[in-house]
Amino acid sequence: MSIGLEHYLILSAVLFSIGLYGALAKRNIIIILMCIELMLNAVNIAMVAFSRFVTPALLTGQIFAIFVMVVAAAEAAVGLAIVIALYRHRETIDSIKTDLMKW
Amino acid sequence: MGLEIAFWVLDAIIVAAAVAVVALRNVFRAALALILCFLAVAGIYVTLSADFLAAVQILIYVGGISVLIILAIMLTRDVQQGSPSNRLRVPAFLIALIFLGTMTYALINTVWPVSTASPVEPTTPAIANQLLGEGGYILPLEIAGVLLLAAILGAIVLVREK
Repeated sequence: MSIGLEHYLILSAVLFSIGLYGALAKRNIIIILMCIELMLNAVNIAMVAFSRFVTPALLTGQIFAIFVMVVAAAEAAVGLAIVIALYRHRETIDSIKTDLMKW
Repeated sequence: MGLEIAFWVLDAIIVAAAVAVVALRNVFRAALALILCFLAVAGIYVTLSADFLAAVQILIYVGGISVLIILAIMLTRDVQQGSPSNRLRVPAFLIALIFLGTMTYALINTVWPVSTASPVEPTTPAIANQLLGEGGYILPLEIAGVLLLAAILGAIVLVREK
């Protein structure tokens, strides 16, 4: 059986689900950010797979993957800066104890 | 044949490393598993004949973002506390499982307009033409540059000592 589009898309769905579970269920904010990176990688795999199998000549999916990477890098920089500022002020990176804005 | 073996090996590495990121108690080891996952994703890009993206994946994710994450783990010194789960563990697992089931069902039952044309190789000149050429993505590219600048300034302002 040759490897087709569905294999890559299901791999992407599995990776996205693992990241979704981690982002919802973890307490450590750095782990949550890592899981968000996993989810962005899953989306990138799906887009590159579409680019390879559906429009091999256009490369639009790869361009979009590049933009996703740019946004992911910006998100990681700002997110980890927020985590470090939070740790400096409140001595914790536990998402349960970080409820200052909770009503 | 070689492509299939490479796909299944990379597939196993990606899923195992991602599960390790979620399941490992030690935050630092979870970060190392995340780096392994990024490397395997770069391999997946190679099997999809996206050579430029594979290089970019290694440069940005393995070289940049993982260094940032490990730096943040070291600076926050919460490694010994581990990565416990919150009360939403079971609902989150169910949600992820339902999402996976729905996605798999939809993906398998959709007829994709798969093209048999061979991919562009190497992809770097074609991507450069798309990004910078006539009628391409030059405006989003400039906006991405502004976004990166704003992110750098924001990160510096956030972590600067008073």
